[in-house]
Amino acid sequence: MNRLSWFNAVSLTLGFAFLYIPMIILVTYSFNESKLVTVWAGFSTKWYGELMGNEAFLSAAWTTLKVAVASSTMATVLGTMAAYILVRAGRFPGRTLFSGMIYAPLVMPEVITGLSLLLLFIGVGLDRGVTTIVLAHTTFTMCYVSVVVSSRLATFDQSLEEAALDLGCSRAEAFRLVTLPIIAPAVISGWLLAFTLSLDDLVIASFTTGPSATTLPIKIFSAVRLGVSPEINALSTIMIGIVTVGVITASLITKQNMVRQRRDEQAAARTQ
Amino acid sequence: MAVKVFAPWDNPDEKPLIRFENVTKKFGDFVAIDNLTLDIFEREFFALLGPSGCGKTTMMRLLAGFEAPTSGKIELGGQNIVPVPPNKRAVNMMFQSYALFPHLTVWENIAFGLKREGMEKDKLNARVEQMLKLTRLERFAKRKPHQISGGQRQRVALARSLAKAPKLLLLDEPLGALDKKLREATQFELMDIQEKTGTTFVIVTHDQEEAMTVASRVAVMDEGQIIQVATPDRIYETPNSVYVADFIGDVNIVEGKAAPLEENQVRIDWAEGQPPLVCTATQPFDPGQTCYLAIRPEKVMITAERPEGADNAVQGKIHDIAYLGNISTYHVQLSNGTIIKAQSANTRRIARRSFTWEDPVWLSWTATAGVLLAR
Repeated sequence: MNRLSWFNAVSLTLGFAFLYIPMIILVTYSFNESKLVTVWAGFSTKWYGELMGNEAFLSAAWTTLKVAVASSTMATVLGTMAAYILVRAGRFPGRTLFSGMIYAPLVMPEVITGLSLLLLFIGVGLDRGVTTIVLAHTTFTMCYVSVVVSSRLATFDQSLEEAALDLGCSRAEAFRLVTLPIIAPAVISGWLLAFTLSLDDLVIASFTTGPSATTLPIKIFSAVRLGVSPEINALSTIMIGIVTVGVITASLITKQNMVRQRRDEQAAARTQ
Repeated sequence: MAVKVFAPWDNPDEKPLIRFENVTKKFGDFVAIDNLTLDIFEREFFALLGPSGCGKTTMMRLLAGFEAPTSGKIELGGQNIVPVPPNKRAVNMMFQSYALFPHLTVWENIAFGLKREGMEKDKLNARVEQMLKLTRLERFAKRKPHQISGGQRQRVALARSLAKAPKLLLLDEPLGALDKKLREATQFELMDIQEKTGTTFVIVTHDQEEAMTVASRVAVMDEGQIIQVATPDRIYETPNSVYVADFIGDVNIVEGKAAPLEENQVRIDWAEGQPPLVCTATQPFDPGQTCYLAIRPEKVMITAERPEGADNAVQGKIHDIAYLGNISTYHVQLSNGTIIKAQSANTRRIARRSFTWEDPVWLSWTATAGVLLAR
């Protein structure tokens, strides 16, 4: 095996240090005995215990979860529909405009999205709270779902749907029985993406929230303005843990599927 | 024992299963099907043959219901099917890509159409088993499509499209993805299954050998029109145009001016310094009319000496030899530069072959060996 040259070793160390030192500090201090985040006073898990007893944080976490599940589900339905139309409807007048408009929120500054939604909700007289955050998150995550799903649909063999029609399905049945099961992995990753985006959104949520609803990012942000507490470190560590477990699980599943598929194909080649 | 010849197209009382009546299909300005009229009969194995872009796949999609004609009528069993959506037609299709559902097993793929029909469980199981047996797939019922080979996938696609016992089965380049050996074996399998089930098959192909092997009739298409519809032997022996003659098999085309003689004989003056050719024509020609003599290489004799009493004989020397094992094709260059191909069976070992490059030879054929065409 080649030894790393000193140049490569330095670049690698620098890169990883840049990425992970902030997180390592955060995780380490979440186990700090002392209340002062900058002074190490021995190992302890007491901040995790205190976090469990902090009603405000728990209710914010619960709100965030509700918002994320509701908005990512709605965004997945709408985004999948939009992707389906864009890929399948062929050339209709205004197709370019329509697809451009779907993808525009991807590059729109969040502040502007948040502000415009706020104006809309005030305009129609909707009380700000969980509902408005859900609507706002649906709006901004739906285009991400649409991007993920349409890239899968672009490689989807259209004759599969025609075969379903040919065998007696109506259009809706063909979608439910053939298209949806096949594009399901893309739809699920679209949902996960929307869920993650909603989970950590601060800007749009703070524009569209009201006094009744506080999401976790808003709570953390406002708590930090009064000073960083080890409790927040503990909370952040839990979030990092959840994301890490999720990412590793997803990649393991993907890898396992690939291995299984390769083995199946080899088995098929032998039986020819 | 008298064998009844299957030729419903010669019987004027026979009702066609499918009738295209002045069907035109346009995509924007592009005319894919141009005012086409055609009858296909029950139990036929009908081949649509033509180069890519000739409209043959559009014909199939019109029959399946994925496209609607711009004008004209398509009848299936006497009923106009243009307004009927694809899922309500007694027509099934086997797709070029097979279009097997990757998330379902072989068994579930075959059962898919029957379940949509709402067939009872016992009957459904029996029907799927029957299809698995017909296509010799019993061992693979539990596998997913990506776990079986290309040839097996092709059979699953066939079983799935036959399961609903359609009046008409459409096959879109069904054997395109298979290698040559497997393709030939599968052609006979297809014919066998077609005979067993009695279903009418319409096959689209660009492979003329495939069309000739499997079909009861072949339609040669070009630019949205049918140039000729006939049995494979008639397409080969009596093409109606240079296009068809050239598309099916190998052919020599000699262009010349017609000079009618007595009893359908036509003299063809075709080149300065070359003897005129004689051909028995099946259609009248005017003196001086441009005509094309189409003659298959296997009908041209190649000899060292001038043959006695031949209707047509020309001299040249061997320019090239294509050795194909069982036969050899000789490309003979005449003194005016024209190349005529002659084919002969290699009845002797190659070392004893009588001709080699640059040998002077005579080519000869009878007056009835070729076909004289006006276009």
